[in-house]
Amino acid sequence: MASITLNALAHTYTDNPTKPEDYAIREMSHVWEQGGAFALLGPSGCGKSTLLNIISGLLKPSNGEVLFDGKRVNELKPEERNIAQVFQFPVVYDTMTVFDNLAFPLRNIGVPEYKVKSKVYEVAEILELSDQLKRKAKGLSADQKQKVSMGRGLVRDDVSAILFDEPLTVIDPQLKWKLRRKLKQIHEQFNITMVYVTHDQLEASTFADKIAVMYNGQIVQFGTPRELFEKPAHTFVGYFIGSPGMNFFEAELKSNGEEKAALMFGEHEISVSDAMLARLKAMGANKVTLGIRPEFVHVWEGKNDDAFSVNVDYVEDLGTYKILSFMFHGQVMKARLSEDQKVPSGQIYVSFPEQWTKVYVDEYLVDVDGQPDTADQNKETDHAN
Amino acid sequence: MQTKVENNKAWFLVMPVFLIVAFSAIIPLMTVVNYSVQDIFDPYTRYFVGTEWFKQVMLDSRLHEALLRQFIYSFTILIIEVPLGICVALMMPTKGRGASLALILVAIPLLIPWNVVGTIWQIFGRADIGLFGAFMSSIGVDYNYASDPTDAWLTVVLMDVWHWTPLVALLCYSGLRAIPEVYYQAARIDQASRWAVFRYIQLPKLTNVLIIGVLLRFMDSFMIYTEPFVLTGGGPGSSTTFLSQSLVQQAIGQFDLGPAAAFSLVYFLIILLVCWVFYTTIMNMQKDK
Repeated sequence: MASITLNALAHTYTDNPTKPEDYAIREMSHVWEQGGAFALLGPSGCGKSTLLNIISGLLKPSNGEVLFDGKRVNELKPEERNIAQVFQFPVVYDTMTVFDNLAFPLRNIGVPEYKVKSKVYEVAEILELSDQLKRKAKGLSADQKQKVSMGRGLVRDDVSAILFDEPLTVIDPQLKWKLRRKLKQIHEQFNITMVYVTHDQLEASTFADKIAVMYNGQIVQFGTPRELFEKPAHTFVGYFIGSPGMNFFEAELKSNGEEKAALMFGEHEISVSDAMLARLKAMGANKVTLGIRPEFVHVWEGKNDDAFSVNVDYVEDLGTYKILSFMFHGQVMKARLSEDQKVPSGQIYVSFPEQWTKVYVDEYLVDVDGQPDTADQNKETDHAN
Repeated sequence: MQTKVENNKAWFLVMPVFLIVAFSAIIPLMTVVNYSVQDIFDPYTRYFVGTEWFKQVMLDSRLHEALLRQFIYSFTILIIEVPLGICVALMMPTKGRGASLALILVAIPLLIPWNVVGTIWQIFGRADIGLFGAFMSSIGVDYNYASDPTDAWLTVVLMDVWHWTPLVALLCYSGLRAIPEVYYQAARIDQASRWAVFRYIQLPKLTNVLIIGVLLRFMDSFMIYTEPFVLTGGGPGSSTTFLSQSLVQQAIGQFDLGPAAAFSLVYFLIILLVCWVFYTTIMNMQKDK
């Protein structure tokens, strides 16, 4: 069991990288603490799997180092790192029985057979594979095979961490849920550091205590599911997390000399805190991106001083809730209606609560709530929380 | 009241298959069957002899010896060529120019016609002008494939290994390339030894191509004719006379068409039987318990 530290890590598949786009992993520093359940969330091709393979040692990073409990492991081969990895497609040794599959990693390191036996029985019990032990692994169903691959990671007492590379992709939806719970249970029981790669936000948030969102080879935010939802540090997080994603629109900072500045979206003034305005002025940012989650857009039935008058485009009924699309100054935006709210039509009034209106400069969040603001730090590297 | 039109027109659609199979297999084979049960002097003078030819063939000690020789030969080359082919495939580079070069080099023996292969080895093995023969005598081995049965056997086996191991190697190479990288990654994570990787990942995934390889090599070697014929002519004595050569001697040398036809059918059935036994055994071994 170990904490995993990535220090100024970067990786490229090209021989002569010149621009940032040449890197699959752009320079990052990051710490996965010992015993945590983490998810690495991002779209296909953002470098998640590359990062995972670097941690397990299947890939050698072009720059930077990987540390397990503070010890550099760059030069260690995967077999020496004592790590378990579960892949997207279940890997089982076809000709062996389930028992032999589970015993394989132990036998490879010369564990005496009586210990192998007790350990395999124990893990099979946890994974509910006890009655399958005598079967050939070839005949198992996909989810059972994936359980066997997980089991091979669990039989070793001393694994530093278990890495999951989209392990539930080939599993049926009903079983996905069961296996995910199983994983969570195993995590609580063994207290092993687990890193779970996925592109599914639901999978990530149900499995992990903390999620790292990856985008273009960088970790753009590392936080709890709630933090990702309420305070996306990067426009990508806002867009990727939540269903539907955050509403974004471009606004302009207007200030006429001594007068108080204002954020303008067309002719509409969007209210943000004075501290924020001061901050933006100090940064010299004229163009900013505003983001608000559909869940936080307030829809009024009647006219209201703070509200803007907009036209309803259409309403999608998603069963338990409804998504309202409306045109606001030539841009389509979405609001999530609460269950008991009347479905409006025609002209309605919407307002954007100050607290939930997030301001982004160069894609990164500008934060004035006392915390160090992420926009400055995030430009180069990911903040190590 | 019947509304559906019933006829057998659909049979016409399978006619082409029947025709092709008839011309490619059944009609030629029927000619052989025809000869095997009759004594034919000319198209108008023939006598039905029943199973007489078969009895004669079954009791022919020359054929018994040839059959035994044939089995020993086929199993010898299988035992050498299959492991050797796997080894070669494992050692071949997988990426870049080296891979293409290796593929071409390995495939070269397969491109050479049988009788040329025989001729090559005939010269290659001669002590006076052949590299191999000269080398053997220079290290003090009294080697002469034309007069010593053991040397003749050695040369015939060596020739076949040289000619056909590449086939097994290429089949295995393609099988190895089809194994997803993730299996090797998982094996590394599981700290598997090189041998364990071979035994539990590569070999099981090679089973299918190996079945094809073994069947092809068995059938081909069991019917081998040209190469030993060119190299040793079946000698010295009849030490390298295999089944097909005996058959040719009987059919064309002695013009005993009846016994030769009966012999052909028995020959065919032996190959069929061995292949079937082999295939079924492998398939049963693979089944889930």
